[in-house]
Amino acid sequence: MSKDHIQPPAEVLLNTRAQLGIMVVAGVSEIWAHKFRSMLTMLGIILGVSSLVAMSAMVSGMEKGAKEALIAIGGLEKVRIESQDLPVYQRHLSDQAVGITINDVYALQRTAPLVTKLSPEMRLPASVSANGKTFRPWVCSGVWPVALEMGEHVIEHGRMINELDDEMARNVCVIGTATRDELWGPPEKTGKEIIPLGETIYMNGTPFTIVGMFKHYESEQERKTRELAKLQAQLQPQPSGGVSRDRGHGGGGGRRRGNFVFYLKNSTVYIPLNTMWMKFRSGMSFTGFGGGFQPTGGAGGSTGDPRLSSLELRVQSVDLLPESLQQVQNVLTSTHKGIEDFTFRTQEDWAEQINTFVSNARLSGGLIAGISLLVGGIGIMNIMLASISERVREIGIRKSVGASTVDIFVQILVESVLIAIMGGLAGMVASFGLVAMLSSFSPTDNAPIITVATLLVAFSFSVLVGILAGIFPAIKAARLNPIQALRYE
Amino acid sequence: MALVELRNVSKIYQLGGEEIRALDDVSLDIESGEFISIIGPSGSGKSTLMHILGCLDSPSKGTICLDGVMIQDASARQLAAIRNRKIGFVFQFFNLLPKLNVTQNVELPMIYSGIGSAERKKRALAALESVDLVNRAKHRPSQLSGGQQQRVAIARALVNDPKIIFADEPTGNLDSHTGDAILTLFRRLSQSGRTIVLVTHDPEIAAVTPRRIEIRDGKIAVKVDLTLAGLAGGRRNPDGAEPPKPA
Ligand SMILES: Nc1ncnc2c1ncn2[C@@H]1O[C@H](COP(=O)(O)OP(=O)(O)OP(=O)(O)O)[C@@H](O)[C@H]1O
Ligand SMILES: [Mg+2]
Repeated sequence: MSKDHIQPPAEVLLNTRAQLGIMVVAGVSEIWAHKFRSMLTMLGIILGVSSLVAMSAMVSGMEKGAKEALIAIGGLEKVRIESQDLPVYQRHLSDQAVGITINDVYALQRTAPLVTKLSPEMRLPASVSANGKTFRPWVCSGVWPVALEMGEHVIEHGRMINELDDEMARNVCVIGTATRDELWGPPEKTGKEIIPLGETIYMNGTPFTIVGMFKHYESEQERKTRELAKLQAQLQPQPSGGVSRDRGHGGGGGRRRGNFVFYLKNSTVYIPLNTMWMKFRSGMSFTGFGGGFQPTGGAGGSTGDPRLSSLELRVQSVDLLPESLQQVQNVLTSTHKGIEDFTFRTQEDWAEQINTFVSNARLSGGLIAGISLLVGGIGIMNIMLASISERVREIGIRKSVGASTVDIFVQILVESVLIAIMGGLAGMVASFGLVAMLSSFSPTDNAPIITVATLLVAFSFSVLVGILAGIFPAIKAARLNPIQALRYE
Repeated sequence: MALVELRNVSKIYQLGGEEIRALDDVSLDIESGEFISIIGPSGSGKSTLMHILGCLDSPSKGTICLDGVMIQDASARQLAAIRNRKIGFVFQFFNLLPKLNVTQNVELPMIYSGIGSAERKKRALAALESVDLVNRAKHRPSQLSGGQQQRVAIARALVNDPKIIFADEPTGNLDSHTGDAILTLFRRLSQSGRTIVLVTHDPEIAAVTPRRIEIRDGKIAVKVDLTLAGLAGGRRNPDGAEPPKPA
């Protein structure tokens, strides 16, 4: 007659669900009743969540910047071949090691179909001067016209050096904006953009005519800052001093160097390969060469084969990279008679480095955020334990009117999770402030990016912390003996 | 079958090797509709007995059958459900939740039986009406007098329509006048058919109930049964205690 009065499990579950709403309300009013201490407890979670989001946002920003730079230098399809020291077992052949020569380029053109573009390069440590100023560009190279596409360059003014320039070894050059900035001044300083086409610059004393200038390369972030500065400058009422006013240290002041990759690219001077060979063959630098072989000795020169500093090539697709490399390896092994005086450099190394860096940064950032979330969790657990020992009597009363252990467990857990959720939400809001603060303290080219995924992850972590921190106090509360709880004063 | 059947129940505490028999081999039947008082000096085991009867505590030995359910076999969840549906408690110190208002306190048992909010409101008001406190429905316990608080506690005990109500020294914290009012309330409830067990150390209070059980040192010492069944000698005497001697 009575067993049916005891709730079957399904009904209990239903009740528990209906009670959840009541428990949430009760939990909120409990938290509200202890505003200050609840807020202090939440602080741990707020710090944890906001540092997690901020860290992740900064790493995302850096990752984006690095990927942009990677594309700017030619993407993953680009492979660079450089000279290198002979392996130990071939050291005795060093006098026959000729390095990479123009012959290799012709051989590859003939017999390596997987290679779509070949761009030989001879580098010269040069200083250029004009307009009474001197500048040492990062890259001063003799190249074929194909270097334009290979290096992802874009001509903004004039033209690229062409086949005819190369064949006739003309003294023409194409410069990047950094060279212009250094010799004639940047647009920010001069007030208008100087386009030095037709001007003569002296490269290690030899005169060259500028026939083209690349566009100004910059990261997206740099572009935005620059445009903003420009806009601000336009909006500013111009004092009578007018155009010549030096905006020096202000927002629009001298162009920052920004991301090194972009600076390097801007600081390029290209001349025809043949011109380089004819005019500067004795002064060229052969990157990657070690001792025992003096480039200035002119071993390459004496054989008559123009020696290259490096050779860049592009393959059809990244998927075919291993096969293409094998093909190149085969060709070069035969042209070098088996002497392994060359090496491949792919951007994959760099891409991998980016990925390693990003995952390391994420890991250490995550660790720090994790620790502060842990501390936050301990704070919650602490406050919940304090709270239940204050409420022993309440728990006893609730049990005496029919609360089950599950009811009490859920009630305490809900409270703990509520604190964590509130902390998590506040932390998400705080993270925007934190990111803004960090990027105003140390402006980088890579603006932090807060993604929805990061916010979700951080929020779920805070909920998880709330659950974990609540379990122990909840068990403790649920297990309270109602008699002892009622006798408790 | 009686509403409550207690058979050879003992409650033994071990305190530093010493054995305290708070209840010692107690047997007792309570019929539906009875009004019983349990009386005895302080420390005799009255509260212990009431807690065991009310499924708040479990006996060390013996069996209890409440409304057909063997309590010692029931799970914790079943015990909670039994406390919720079949038992109402009234305590000496009222035991209201100070953060909740009067109505919310009365609603508390119904929350744990999963009753919807409209129904809860309705029944809480009805219970408050039966103790004549509707006008205080929105007040906090701290804004009420002791007697009023005890009436709220009684309303809470009644609200789930339990089979039996246990009251442990319900007047112990009240002046005699207010105490009388509470006792009158219990008598009225008894007349309307409620089963009530009243625990007290005061013989004057015990005198209001037709049946009295006196406990000393955890044992049932004296029984006075003024009910018709008791007077007719028809009641089984499970503990075999001596029938009361005429004074
Ligand atoms: N948790 C416990 N541990 C040890 N002994 C206990 C415990 N709870 C109760 N007792 C003992 O059991 C005996 C009965 O206690 P109980 O509370 O039932 O007495 P009571 O009759 O209700 O007394 P009062 O009239 O003072 O309320 C007492 O001797 C008490 O010390
Ligand atoms: Mg007592």
